[in-house]
Amino acid sequence: MQTDEAVRVRGLVKRYPDKVAVDGVDLDIHHGEVFALLGPNGAGKTTTTEILEGYRRADEGEVSVLGTDPAHGDRHWRSKLGIVSQSSRDESELSVAELVTHFAGYYPTPRDPDEVIAAVGLEEKRRTRTRKLSGGQRRRLDVALGVVGNPDLLFLDEPTTGFDPEARRQFWTLIENLRTEGTTILLTTHYLDEAEHLADRVGVIADGRMIEVATPETLGGRGARTARVSWLSDDGMREVRTDQPTAEIARLMAQYGGEVPELEVRRPSLEDIYLELIGSVTAAPVLEGAVR
Amino acid sequence: MSAALPSPLKTGLSRTGLEVKEFFREREQLIFTFLFPIIFLGIFSAVFSGTDFSGGVDAATYFTPGMIASGIFLTSFQSLAVGIAIERDQDVLKRLRGTPMSPQSYFIGKIGVVLVTSVLQFGLLLAIAGLLLGVDLPTDPSKWVNFLWIFVLGTASGSVLGIAYSVIPKSGRAASAVVTPVVLLLQFISGVYFVYSSLPAWMRTVAEFFPLKWLAQGMRSVFLPDGFEVNEPGGSWQLGTGAIVLTVWLVVGLFVAQRVFRWTRRDAG
Repeated sequence: MQTDEAVRVRGLVKRYPDKVAVDGVDLDIHHGEVFALLGPNGAGKTTTTEILEGYRRADEGEVSVLGTDPAHGDRHWRSKLGIVSQSSRDESELSVAELVTHFAGYYPTPRDPDEVIAAVGLEEKRRTRTRKLSGGQRRRLDVALGVVGNPDLLFLDEPTTGFDPEARRQFWTLIENLRTEGTTILLTTHYLDEAEHLADRVGVIADGRMIEVATPETLGGRGARTARVSWLSDDGMREVRTDQPTAEIARLMAQYGGEVPELEVRRPSLEDIYLELIGSVTAAPVLEGAVR
Repeated sequence: MSAALPSPLKTGLSRTGLEVKEFFREREQLIFTFLFPIIFLGIFSAVFSGTDFSGGVDAATYFTPGMIASGIFLTSFQSLAVGIAIERDQDVLKRLRGTPMSPQSYFIGKIGVVLVTSVLQFGLLLAIAGLLLGVDLPTDPSKWVNFLWIFVLGTASGSVLGIAYSVIPKSGRAASAVVTPVVLLLQFISGVYFVYSSLPAWMRTVAEFFPLKWLAQGMRSVFLPDGFEVNEPGGSWQLGTGAIVLTVWLVVGLFVAQRVFRWTRRDAG
């Protein structure tokens, strides 16, 4: 049954003996969109994702993934999901082609294994055993195994860690193609440029709470993207935020009679806005690795 | 309505093929699980060749059943305990759990690889013993019937115990080190490497609690000549007791394996 949202979460809470990992998260992911979940390590990204994937049980709250509570997901439900988990240390003696072809056999309507292998850029490694792949190649194999089942909803947990820039671009193209075909994607990433490039909407999670959900362009609210004009005044560096940077520069030019010292016009990147957002929530340093 | 899911049996057989392929590509498994009993049978037969070894049989004849029993225990218990511990540690199991593969298919694959490797290993041991070492193989059909049920009970109990034991190693790297010594110890006290009746009584008492002793004794009943049982500690093959002990291990192992088996690492919450 097609529900309104691919993913619907209300008041999700997950407690571990030493901390509350997820503390009342709400989340909606529309069918066919790419949603990026951002946040520092230990913020609750992976815990939230793993609850949606059915690996962990929620302590409180409502969770619906493709119309099903993941805690009671059956094989049919799983056949509509693709999961690329964070860690991958599979050192098997099986080759890329053997594994991808075998995994295709788990699904009712899989993609063509050869096409998938080509799409992740592993054609030349088809016959190479998993054990002998490099870190980035192994990650691409993870992605291949995650998409070979032709999923409606794809989970990508930090998929491009360890990729070189070219591999990352290639991966982005793959994700864009999947999106064009209508796949809903939940992406967690540390790379803000990746979220900006791929995501229709981003959610920022910190300390187990969702602090903002917006498009990459509107994150941080009105004014977050306002231009900053800075220059060297007699009292040192000065900066003004303005919607009319050109007018501001004209004013400065008139004031200085031409060249303005150290003039710079800047718009905050998504990364600046993100850091400002989580900075306001997590004044104390976030404990690394509290959630795995 | 979308297309039907592949049947668990079909996927299980596909997994068997994959598991067998992987088994024979892993050097460690191949040597320490598959070839070990064969190598030892060769060494022992050579070292003790030509002597009347025990109760009127030569060394090759005496050690053949022990190595067959030992092989069954290795290809079931050791192979699964080490293999599954590594798969769990490397998140192979977690990945499988995230697919629509039925858990039944996974275990069909495991049973499949145990059966294929243990039958192949048995065939190889038999061929070497019979053709190269001149061991007289049984012709009495009733002995082969006994062999069949001992083989099935042995592989089955070894497999469920291996699945259960796989949760004990804390990491994949530690798996061999945590599993192999247990197997080695059992082999020493269960009459695989020594003549069982010549072991100290207390050691035999300890061995009686574990399955390998009964597996080895059962195999001796099949492969040693009639009347040899007078050399056994109790003067008999004790097949009934053996069947009971192996069945108890099978049932207990099945129960424990179901309770403790997990798809994710212990630290994964």
